[in-house]
Amino acid sequence: MLSYSLKRLLQAIPTMLIVITIAFFLMRVAPGGPFDGERALPPEIEANLMAAYHLDEPLPQQYLRYLGNLLQGDFGPSFKYKDFSVTELILQGFPVSLEIGGLAILLALALGLPLGIAAALNRNSAIDYAVMGTALAGIAVPNFVVAPLLALVFGVLLGWLPAGGWNDGALPNLVLPVVALSIQQIAYIARMMRASMIEVLGSHYIRTARAKGLSERLVVWRHAIRPALLPVVSYLGPAIAGIITGSVVIEQIFGIPGIGRYFVQGALNRDYTLVMGTVVFYGALIVLLNLVVDLLYSALDPQIRYDD
Amino acid sequence: MRKTRLFAGGLLLASTCLSSSAFAETLDIGVTGELASFDTSQVSGGIWESQILMDVYEGLVKKSPDGELLPGMAESWEISEDGLTYTFHLREDAAWSDGEPVTAEDFVFGWRHLLDPANASKYAYMLYPVAGAEAVNTGEQPPEALGVASLDDGRTFQVTLDAPTPYFLQQLTHYTAYPAPKHTHEQYGDDWVKLDHIVTNGAFTPVKWVSQSHIDVRPNPEYYDAEDVTLDGVTYHTIEDRNAGVSRFRAGELDIMREYSSSMYGLLKDELPEATHMSTYLGSYYYAFNHREGHPTTDPRVREALNLAARRNVISEQIMGGTFQPALSFVPDGIAHYDVQEMALEGDMDARLARARELLEAAGYGPDNPLHLRLRYNTTDEHKKIAVAMAAMWRPLGVEVEMINAEATVHYQTIAEGDFDIARAGWIADYNDAENFLSLLHTGVGNNYGAYSNPDYDALLDQAADTLDLDERQQLLEQAEALALEDDALIPMLYYVSRNLVNTRLAGWEDNIEDDHPSRWVHFAD
Amino acid sequence: MTSRSLTPDADAGMAGDSLGREAWRRLKQNKAAMASLWLLATITLVCVAGPWLTPWGLADVDWNAFGVAPTLDGGHWLGTDANGRDLLTRTLYGGRVSLSVALVATLVSLAIGVLYGAVSGYLGGRVDNLMMRFVDIMYSLPFMFLVILLMVVFGRNILLIYAAIGAVEWLDMARIVRGQTLALKRREFIEAAHALGVKDRKIVTRHLIPNAIGPVIVYVTLTVPKVILLESFLSFLGLGVQEPLTSWGVLISEGTDMMQTAPWMLLVPSVFLALTLFCLNFLGDGLRDALDPKTR
Repeated sequence: MLSYSLKRLLQAIPTMLIVITIAFFLMRVAPGGPFDGERALPPEIEANLMAAYHLDEPLPQQYLRYLGNLLQGDFGPSFKYKDFSVTELILQGFPVSLEIGGLAILLALALGLPLGIAAALNRNSAIDYAVMGTALAGIAVPNFVVAPLLALVFGVLLGWLPAGGWNDGALPNLVLPVVALSIQQIAYIARMMRASMIEVLGSHYIRTARAKGLSERLVVWRHAIRPALLPVVSYLGPAIAGIITGSVVIEQIFGIPGIGRYFVQGALNRDYTLVMGTVVFYGALIVLLNLVVDLLYSALDPQIRYDD
Repeated sequence: MRKTRLFAGGLLLASTCLSSSAFAETLDIGVTGELASFDTSQVSGGIWESQILMDVYEGLVKKSPDGELLPGMAESWEISEDGLTYTFHLREDAAWSDGEPVTAEDFVFGWRHLLDPANASKYAYMLYPVAGAEAVNTGEQPPEALGVASLDDGRTFQVTLDAPTPYFLQQLTHYTAYPAPKHTHEQYGDDWVKLDHIVTNGAFTPVKWVSQSHIDVRPNPEYYDAEDVTLDGVTYHTIEDRNAGVSRFRAGELDIMREYSSSMYGLLKDELPEATHMSTYLGSYYYAFNHREGHPTTDPRVREALNLAARRNVISEQIMGGTFQPALSFVPDGIAHYDVQEMALEGDMDARLARARELLEAAGYGPDNPLHLRLRYNTTDEHKKIAVAMAAMWRPLGVEVEMINAEATVHYQTIAEGDFDIARAGWIADYNDAENFLSLLHTGVGNNYGAYSNPDYDALLDQAADTLDLDERQQLLEQAEALALEDDALIPMLYYVSRNLVNTRLAGWEDNIEDDHPSRWVHFAD
Repeated sequence: MTSRSLTPDADAGMAGDSLGREAWRRLKQNKAAMASLWLLATITLVCVAGPWLTPWGLADVDWNAFGVAPTLDGGHWLGTDANGRDLLTRTLYGGRVSLSVALVATLVSLAIGVLYGAVSGYLGGRVDNLMMRFVDIMYSLPFMFLVILLMVVFGRNILLIYAAIGAVEWLDMARIVRGQTLALKRREFIEAAHALGVKDRKIVTRHLIPNAIGPVIVYVTLTVPKVILLESFLSFLGLGVQEPLTSWGVLISEGTDMMQTAPWMLLVPSVFLALTLFCLNFLGDGLRDALDPKTR
């Protein structure tokens, strides 16, 4: 297991190199540049800017320069947020995104899994319909609708919670963004858990276990839940990478200083160094979390082994 | 705002109270974007940035609450008769927040810093009226060639211009003309701008910056008018979602929100009539015609027909709910030393449409050969609604409009390359002068997206640039705009208005045409 | 657990035809699924036939009715948008776009994802490792630039955009199916099939994929709303539908801006979307039961 993990981590290097290379050139062939804005710049000023950021060099040379800096841990300066380096922006924003996202995932698991299991165990009952109906509503309403609605109801009309702002992570400021971020995840997890529970409960070995006279409770807890978690875990790997790197919608509506906006705003501004920074960071998370997922598979189902 | 506001959610109470000092009268302002830098040469040009920068820095002149020019770092100045030399006498008590005096050296240094090509300042061209500025900025001349000088041991700052520039004093309120602290630059190098080292010469000085969340500033004790500043500080909240800003204002978390969306205006006007401000603003919303070869918009009849059929009041009133003003001119109403030049659209709407049909027919378009136009706009809800409305207004003329939207960077790159028939654009004045708008139609200017080119127009503008007499200059500029409107050089459509939400407890906040509101004038009335 | 799962394939010759008929018979017995199927068909039909059903065209502006609330007299049953266009008409047109995006993108993601995941999991070892690293790479690439590049290369083609969305959405599907396959392939019935000399290809398509169908169907029903909303982001970039054409995603995001002043602009398209999702969900559950090899 250990050697497998080490091997996977070593493989991350070529994987990331490919990601960086493709992303770098992908971004640079896209139309629009970092200095295209509402006001056209006089050519001499544009020339100064291009020179200052080495954008006047041939693309391969810029690519090598970027790789060289990256090896020294330097993500470069942001084109847009000039008083911060990309490293500073990510280091400042990631803990915030991690906090909000982490709480949202915990909430989603704490509610989604039991709800899914309960629905599966009481299939086609009122509980089932209530859970699935609510879950579907959660899936059908996008977060760009949920977030302003929550701010309006709890922040403006009821006045129970701040309508926005970070306030250095004070608890009241966390509630609405975490809830807004988790609603969809609760629904996803409940839906998937229900389906895979039903699948597992209908399988032969559960029937065998029941036939052996094991109590229903034991059957469910000992034998059904673990294999049923498998598809949820598969989904969660990339999903967690997405959630803990923030959501641009949630951050903009609640004024959360996370890194989610950099993925979208960075791209819209053509802030090349910032986009590359987010790509590298996100890519590393994906590689790491998918490794964790693969390790979890063996824990959930001992028959799954990685022999080489 | 008093941060002592209690939240009703019981268990949440404790932590809220801990995080706020009891009687702080700080001003909470919602701004619509993130400041790019406290180094004024690195600012990206968002209108929200000037709010923060004008609070922490001060130029030679500053603005009153209603936007009039007042002495700032300079207590007096003289302008030579040829209009080329400005001599500013700095005030004795001008000081940086660390107590060091602000000297003419700081202005010389700051302006050279801005124009140094190595610093790649986007807005360096704002100082191009200064002698040698362009040559310095392009690297042809060393920074020392700039026409600025520190005299009298740093108490007097002298500027030499290339040409008389009547709006030069106006320009000095812009952040590009602020001084830079020479002594901290020398001490800390590039790190001078880090919050640990930064010194500023305005009424406030920054103490905290959480990127993408907020910036805290405190009163600058060394500021010459420090006694007048009653606020304990200002917090600028970055709020990119305008509806979120409205929610936070309504929830009492903000004292000022520097913009609200047009769709919220009706509701705000009813609910918070006293707090909802809307005022004339120096901004023009227009559609550029493409005057390059091969576009149907090169035909003046087509341009006139399209202008005739635009029902501006329907857009401003019905669709935008009154959050724009209908415009028949490019230079907005309210510009200093200028009388608005409206294009002549005679007759009622039916007559105008009939005339438009005739013109299109004369230009060779009809049911068998419909006019096909490609209309480009950058994606926002407002631009989209306006584009849809315009297309619907032209449809009865038999015009087929293909609407193409794009994110802002792609939109501006595409229209700068000339790939459109009609393109949405807008201009917010950098300084209160008609030239700022009219130069956008001068041949060869980068922001002249439609590549309008008329030698007579250019000649009038060039002549105005060399004219010292304000009345004479005004006439030349007015003639120029009248000429461009006669040509249907573009579709003037709407004037922007400023939209602010302001706590009714605040005094010293006045609507003004440039929508500049230095926080040093603002205080809580009770 | 071996024998029952094996038998249907022992006589695979007749399976193809009767499998479908059998599943259909069982689906018909599921009332919720059938009701959903009919409702879904109705929504689709109404969207397709939209233009003939309402007195307004897609781009027709009622100059006397900007942003009016739903009303029975006046002809705008579900109100108008801020530009004075009939909201029902636009929602129906939008349904065409959204339903077809959902269909194409989901099919693409289903086709690629399921096969890719099953093959990767079944073959295991180095092949699995390589295939999954490719998935990691695809996950990490900035989606927006990927789509922009596709557009630069192939031009502004709406079908291509659908495919692009599908080409991104298959990643989750592949990871899920692979996880299921890893677990299934050690089960006795697969090993028995292997021992009996059943070809790899057949094991994957006949045994592995049908047994992973449950999570796949659920994930499909979750993909549909994602895809529909993703389309509205592409439209924001100018890569999706262009005015005057619209989609449910675009209508919903426009409606959000007007949420407090004109709630119907948000509610109308949202209700259509929600109804579709409810139907898909019940239909999905029914299909899962009908296709489940274990209960056959």
